[in-house]
Amino acid sequence: MNLQFVMDGTLAGAMIALGAIGVTLTYSVLQFSNFAHGELISIGAYITYLVAAAISATVIGSSEALAVFSFGWNVLLAGGVAMALTGFLAWGLDWLLFARLRAKGMAITLVMASFGASMALRAMLELVFSSRPLYYTQDLQIARAIGAGILVTPDQLLLVAITATLVGLLYVMWAHTALGRAMRAVSENPALAQVCGIDVPRVVRVTWYIGGALASAAGLLLGLLVQVRPQMGFEMLLPLFAAAILGGIGSVPGALCGGLIVGLSQAATVQFIGAEWRAGVAFVILLAVLLIRPNGLFGRRS
Amino acid sequence: MHVLGLIAYVSGFLSTALMLGIACMGLNMQWGKTGLFNVGVAGFMGIGAYTSALLTTPASAGAISSLGLPIVVGCFGAMLVAGLGSLLVGALTLRLRTDYLAIITFGAAVMIQLVLLNATRYTGGALGFAFIPRPFASIADQPTLFAMVTLVLLALIAAGVYWTLEQLVHSPWGRVLRAIRDDETAAISLGKNATVYRLQAFAVGGALMGLAGALQAHLIGFIAPDDFQASLTFQIWAMLVIGGSGSNAGALLGSIVVWGIWTLTGIVAGSVFAAEDQARAAALRIVLIGVLLCVVLVRRPRGLLSER
Repeated sequence: MNLQFVMDGTLAGAMIALGAIGVTLTYSVLQFSNFAHGELISIGAYITYLVAAAISATVIGSSEALAVFSFGWNVLLAGGVAMALTGFLAWGLDWLLFARLRAKGMAITLVMASFGASMALRAMLELVFSSRPLYYTQDLQIARAIGAGILVTPDQLLLVAITATLVGLLYVMWAHTALGRAMRAVSENPALAQVCGIDVPRVVRVTWYIGGALASAAGLLLGLLVQVRPQMGFEMLLPLFAAAILGGIGSVPGALCGGLIVGLSQAATVQFIGAEWRAGVAFVILLAVLLIRPNGLFGRRS
Repeated sequence: MHVLGLIAYVSGFLSTALMLGIACMGLNMQWGKTGLFNVGVAGFMGIGAYTSALLTTPASAGAISSLGLPIVVGCFGAMLVAGLGSLLVGALTLRLRTDYLAIITFGAAVMIQLVLLNATRYTGGALGFAFIPRPFASIADQPTLFAMVTLVLLALIAAGVYWTLEQLVHSPWGRVLRAIRDDETAAISLGKNATVYRLQAFAVGGALMGLAGALQAHLIGFIAPDDFQASLTFQIWAMLVIGGSGSNAGALLGSIVVWGIWTLTGIVAGSVFAAEDQARAAALRIVLIGVLLCVVLVRRPRGLLSER
């Protein structure tokens, strides 16, 4: 059996996990499923593109390919800048729209507003950038065999390492710092957390920063490995929800495992069934989880 | 001739608005009356459209189906299949928390889209499904008369749906629904099974979306998977929220207002933007409706006509 799907699935899973962590955190801290999370991925990817282009226009040689990779340091730096900006934008969207609805106490209306915001943001990207795909680099990489019939490019290995680092840092923050404890407390009981002296608005703000920043990182991955398009994030939305619910809402390790499972299932489907059914995998997993174990792998009983 | 053309155009516009209005009343049954959040409206409309197309298209060269049943049978078949589909989706998710219904209906719409694209033998795939019979096809060579007669038919169907829904809403069944939406605990303590009532409302709403999809297929005579994208769901939602969720009259008014904005901005964009920028102009119109939706949600959450 050809094990190529393991590599492809791990890559897809890394991207899904980065987005799913944001979904699971906003879901547990703010109590709503954000349909606009996919657009944060697209926005991050476009900001990365713009910043990388600006750097390569000002610093000569910054876009020359680094060592064995297909892109220059401008793309990596731009990815970092985009993470900060997208995190800020995510919080801005909350301030502009979601916070106002939360203040009125209309929980389900938030979901609708996020659906409207998703549509509007995606159309805005198409308006500004058109639907023509963009690429961070024109270089093509030759995949190398690493045994067991698996082919991989240096870019792919670097991106998996970057994802592992980001998720690892976030896990340490979430599990072992005061801020992470505050986030978990707010997700369990916001009123009680407030009474215990936790600064709830700050927790909400940090949740958006983290969700936006990780979404932007997912956008960088997707942009480097595939391409940058206005629809790229929206097409990830169902896998993100599937991964977050499979892992158990509110659980960072759960979102990581969920992302990997969804990514590997997608890759296996492409290899063994047919690429045209790839988009249906997330739905099948979602249905199975809701029927068999609605609280997910790592979820608390609600 | 100019006046006749205008009459035909306005009739066509109103026919489409009423067709969308029927889907919007279906969504109102689910969301406005029962508080069920369906993000897969376009998917259920797609089910209805393709069901009716398969049932009614007669045998001919290049046609996918050969049943050739009457359009009325197609419409009832569409309602049945879309209603049963909603029942299935609802049965799987209604006992879970409300957000999960939103996510599952969204996923169902993605899945339906995928089946429409890939089950080429029955749907025609990305190329679409053609040769669907249109009502009054015998007078199609007189465009103004054809458009007006079609509008009268659509108006009668929409009025029938409106009347039936109003009867339902004011029946004991409708009162239980409202009680469940407003205070579930109280309704349950009075011995009402909330899940069963919700399922029924969800199925009725889904059936109406199926009917709207079937009417779309017969209005145009051609359908393709692209006609049932998330942007359609979004438009129907905008119609309900802007018109006033909870009110069937609001749903109809919202449909005409939003479809009016959509059509007018389309005319403006068509004359202002160059041909190569038309895709961007369409994007601008979606931004406009999305912003309008969010502004109404924040500023005037009850919409134009709220529930009495």
